[in-house]
Amino acid sequence: MDQAFFLLFASASVIAALTMVLARNPVHSALALMACFLQVSAIFVLLEAPLLAVIQIFVYVGAIMVLFLFVIMMIDVREAVLQRFLPGSNLPALALLVLLGIEMLVLVLWSDRFAVTEPVGQRSVGAVRALSVALFADYLLPFEVASVILLAALVGAIVLARKEPS
Amino acid sequence: MVPLWWHIALGVTLFVIGAAGVLLRRNILVVLMSLELLLNSVNINFIAFGRYHDDFRGQIFAIFVIAITAAEVAIALGILVALVRNKSTLRVDDVTMMKG
Repeated sequence: MDQAFFLLFASASVIAALTMVLARNPVHSALALMACFLQVSAIFVLLEAPLLAVIQIFVYVGAIMVLFLFVIMMIDVREAVLQRFLPGSNLPALALLVLLGIEMLVLVLWSDRFAVTEPVGQRSVGAVRALSVALFADYLLPFEVASVILLAALVGAIVLARKEPS
Repeated sequence: MVPLWWHIALGVTLFVIGAAGVLLRRNILVVLMSLELLLNSVNINFIAFGRYHDDFRGQIFAIFVIAITAAEVAIALGILVALVRNKSTLRVDDVTMMKG
C-alpha cells in the first residue's frame, strides 16, 4: 500500500518537474513546480514528517510560488516566451548531466547500505513534540542565525527593488 | 514498507532534472525555479535518512534548508526586478556585467 502511494507520488512529481523544465512559458513552469512541491509534501507525509509537509506547503506553495508569479506578472515575459528550449544546443552540459545521473544511480544501487526496508525504530505519537524540543534545545543558535538571515534578506529585497531616485 | 533506495533514487532523478534546468535553460526565471527543485531533492534525502535511522537531525536540517531557500528567493527576485528595470532582458547570456 505504501509502495503504491510512493510510486504514484514519485512519478507525478517527476512528470511535473519535467514539465517545469520543458515548458516554454514561465507561468506554466511556475504552476508545474507548484504541483511538484505538492507531491513532494505528500512524500514527506509518507515518511512520517507531518511538520515538514505542512512547512513545505506553507513556505513553497504559499509564499515562494506566489512571489514567483507576482514577479512574472510584474516583468514583461513576452520576449522570453519566444525563447525555444533546444536540448541539443549545449552538448557538454548535456553530457555532464548524463554522467552525473549515471554516476549517482550506480553509486546508490551498488552500495548495500541503502537497501534497508524497515526503519530502525518505530516512531511514537509525540514526534512533532520531540522534534521541536530538539530544535529549540540543541539547535537554538542556528535557529536564531536563520532568523537573522531572513531579516537581512527582507531588508535586502526591499532595498534592491526600490526605484532609484534620479 | 518502502525501501530506502527508492527515496534516494527519487532524489537523484529530481536533482538531475533540476541541474538540467539550470544548465540548459536560458531563462533566468526558470533557472531560479530549477534551483528550488535542486534544494528540494536534497530535502527528500535528508528526511528519508532521518526517518530510516530514527534521527531528528534530518528534519531539522531540512527546516534550515527551507529557511535559507526562502531568503535566497527573496534576494534573487529583488536582483531580477532591478536587472529587468536596468537592462530589460531575461536571458542568461545577455547578463555579462561582471565579466570584466
